[in-house]
This record gives sequence, C-alpha cells and structure tokens, in this order.
Amino acid sequence: MLCDECGKNKATVHLTEIVNDQVTKLNLCETCAKERGQDVEQHFGVADLLAALSDVEAVPQAAAGAPSKLKCHHCGLGYEDFRKIGRLGCSECYGSFKPNLLPLLKRIHGAIQHVGKSPDPTLLKEYKTLTKLQEELEAAKQDLQKAVKNEEFEEAAALRDKIKFLEKKMKEGKG
Amino acid sequence: MTKIDHLLKQTCEWLRGTGPNSDIVMSSRIRLARNLEKFPFSHWASKKQEKEILEVLETAVLGSELMKGSLYARMAEVDDVDKQFLLERHLISREQVVHPEFKGVAVGDKEVVSIMINEEDHLRIQVMQSGFNLQECWRIAGRVDDSLHKRTQFAFSPDWGYLTACPTNVGTGLRASVMLHLPSLVMTKQINRVIQAITKLGMTARGLYGEGTEAEGNFFQISNQITLGSSEADIIDNLERIIRQVIGHEENARKVLMKQNKELLMDRIWRANGALRSAYIINTKETMALLSMVRLGVDMNLISDVDRRAVNELLILTQPAHLQKIEGRVLSSAQRDARRAHLIRRRLEGR
Repeated sequence: MLCDECGKNKATVHLTEIVNDQVTKLNLCETCAKERGQDVEQHFGVADLLAALSDVEAVPQAAAGAPSKLKCHHCGLGYEDFRKIGRLGCSECYGSFKPNLLPLLKRIHGAIQHVGKSPDPTLLKEYKTLTKLQEELEAAKQDLQKAVKNEEFEEAAALRDKIKFLEKKMKEGKG
Repeated sequence: MTKIDHLLKQTCEWLRGTGPNSDIVMSSRIRLARNLEKFPFSHWASKKQEKEILEVLETAVLGSELMKGSLYARMAEVDDVDKQFLLERHLISREQVVHPEFKGVAVGDKEVVSIMINEEDHLRIQVMQSGFNLQECWRIAGRVDDSLHKRTQFAFSPDWGYLTACPTNVGTGLRASVMLHLPSLVMTKQINRVIQAITKLGMTARGLYGEGTEAEGNFFQISNQITLGSSEADIIDNLERIIRQVIGHEENARKVLMKQNKELLMDRIWRANGALRSAYIINTKETMALLSMVRLGVDMNLISDVDRRAVNELLILTQPAHLQKIEGRVLSSAQRDARRAHLIRRRLEGR
C-alpha cells in the first residue's frame, strides 16, 4: 500500500480517525506521518525505564506475587499507577512512597540528597507580604462597592484612599 | 495578523549564529521544572484543577517584571499550523501540541525566555542563548525563577529539592543542553564513539527536535541526566567540560578532513551548495542534510557569499509550519517541497 499523502513511499503508519461518527482512514509513509506531526516513533517511555529500574528493588514483593497496595494519602495515586505511567501524582507522593522511591532515586541520580538552590527565604517573605496585600486589597474593593451602594460617601472616600495606598505598596514590593 | 505571526519577522535567539564557539555550537539552553505546592501534577489533576493551575500561573508569569510585554497564548486557542510553528522554534514541547487543553506559553522578548504552563510539570522555564553560553542561560533562568518565587510557592523539600512529576527531574529540576553541529565527526565515523562516551558520563545525546528524533542535519543536543545531588553550578560545569571536549574533537576532525581528504570535503560542501541553489523540489530531510554541509563550508571559510545566520535561518524557515506561515496558507507536502526549493534558491542568491 502506498502513502496517501505523497503516493510514493510504502505506507507504514495507519491512522483511523472518528470525527462526528465519520470514520476516516489514513495510510501514511513514515516521512509524511512525521510531517503531519503524528508520533510514529515508538516512544521508549520513561515509564518503561522506571518500571525496569524499580523492578530490581521490588524483587521480594514481585516474588510474593503481590503488587504494592501503597497509595498516596493526598492525591490517591497508587504506587502501581506510578510504575505504569512513570509520573507521580502530586508533591506529597514523594513522602507517601518514600521507602520505594529512595532506592529508585539512588539508581537514577546516584544520590538522595538535594544540594542545589533552595527557595530564598526573603522571597518567601515577599510572597507572603504580597499575598496579604492582595487579600487586603480585594477586601477593600468589596467594602468600597458596599459603601457606594449604601451611599456612605465618607467611608467610600477613605476606602478609595486605602486602595490607592495598597496598590502603591504592591507595586513597590514587586520591583 | 496574530501575535504569533510577528515572530516570523525575527530570528530566534538560538539561530542567531553568534556567541562563543558558534562555528560548532548552535545554542545553549537551560530548563527548570517547577510545580505549585497545592495542586496535583498536571497529568493527575482534574480538568477543574488544571484550569485553576493555568489561571494561577498565568497571573504569576505575566505579573513578573521579567516577562513584561511577553507574548502569551493559551494552547487551546492556537491553530494547528501555529502550534507546529512554535514547536519548530523550540518555544513549546510536543506535549503542548498534542494535548493543548489548559496549557499555555509565554514567550519573552527576542525569544530568549519561554515559559510553558501545565506541561509535564506545572511550569517549565526555558532560557536560550546563541552559541556556547550556559552561564548566561542559568543567570537569566535564575532571575526568572526568583521573580516567580515572589508570586507563588513551589513544591520543595529540603531533602529532595524541587519536586517534579517525574523523579528523573527532581532536585534542581534543571536540564542544561547544548546543541552542536558535528558534521565532521559524522563524516569521519567517530560520532558513535563520542556519543557512547557521553552516555557513560551521565549525559544524553539527542537530535535537533529532542527526545526520539534523529540527528538530522548533523545536529546533536547534549544534556545532563542527573538532577539530584549536584548543585546547578556543578551540573553546568560538568556539562561544559564535556562539551569542550566534543568541540575539540570536531575541530580536530575538520582539520584532519581538510588535510587528508580535502577533495572529498570540498566535493560534499560544493555539491550541497550547488544542489540547494538549483533544486526545484526538495523535502525537509534533504534540506537539512545539504544545509549542514553548506554551514560547514561557511564555518570553515570555504564558502564566503553566504553567512552563518542566513544558513541558520533557512534551517527553520524550511520547516513545514514556517513555510506555511510564510505563504499564509495550508500547503500539501508536494506544494511545500516546491515552495521550500524556491525559498532556498532565493535566499542563497541573496534576493
């Protein structure tokens, strides 16, 4: 079978698309499939590699024939899911699967202790200040709407000044 | 004209053809993976959560003083040709093209910084520089990272560093990579030995368009694999040392070819130059292979009527989506082959 696109090369990629109950079949050669952005390479995925790596560690378990029942208490991802998809569910998974992950990390990186950049505490402080200012600003804006609705104009003027002040402070903090 | 169309008028940072060792090193890149504390990783998040992640990070990224005036797009609102176009310019990943829902990209001035939202990790910060310049990439990436730390909190553990969806990125979350043009190591059949050695040292080598792509046009991306247990500076330093070795080998192979096999070298270069200037139909693969030879000719001062930047620009302008953007319409594969040849002839003749 020849490629539907170029009509020159042998078609090796066969696609079936169903759009609004209409079935279209497309036979492409590798070059044209690639040009269309279809993933033809058999992705030798990270999941396979991770599974292979963690297999070594899980020998006693595998021998007992029992897949791990470990689950992350935070996001519900099971350790077996992780082995299949090669991705963890959330940052808490690292803690939930710690005993299984440590040997895996050791295998991948040859280390289990981070030594690089840490979030700068002053940035964390700025983040907290900015978040607080943001919250105050939102509250003041809501109060202002209420004040205007209730025709409390003195209150409204004071709130307007407060909003201006908070906005200025936020701008300064962002430098 | 859409915002994305404007990119067509400028040369991407990584194709400028300038910077240290730019006769062999095309570009340097640093990527940082970061995730928000409160949400599941993108692949495990519900649609509602993915949308929230997108919104939270859009605010943080676009609020950063370093990303002022950047181009921002939600992938779901970008048409197919434009998505492919951004991919060809290395501004987004294949993942963003295939599954665009709730994904976004911010592209900074001159395409030096691009930030992807809801990729494998919530945030991928990418910084590119022309030539061999990882230090500058890291300097910029660090500043962007800091400016985002002010606006959001990332998942971090003192033991395991920045926590990522895949344990292969945990720790620094840093991937440094350098794109090299190694035609002489390919011609002298030394490339496999070089790649084997690189792999043994804990680095990976891949093609121009990343994972699973061929080294078309003799372009190779070399990057670190290890992200945990070494500092960012050490990871970059290690990679730099290895890259310097590879550059040395390529330089040497060029000298050897010139000395021992000059006719063969000249023949390959000038035939490629001739074919590109005479072809009326040409596909991407052949284009890449021939442009690689012309670039070698330019880099070795054998061809003087074209400059490196012009060759680099052709490498990208001849890609399928770029051709279609230039023409302003969708083209079939056969039409593209003809338009590609036309564009190359015109550009190489300096018109």
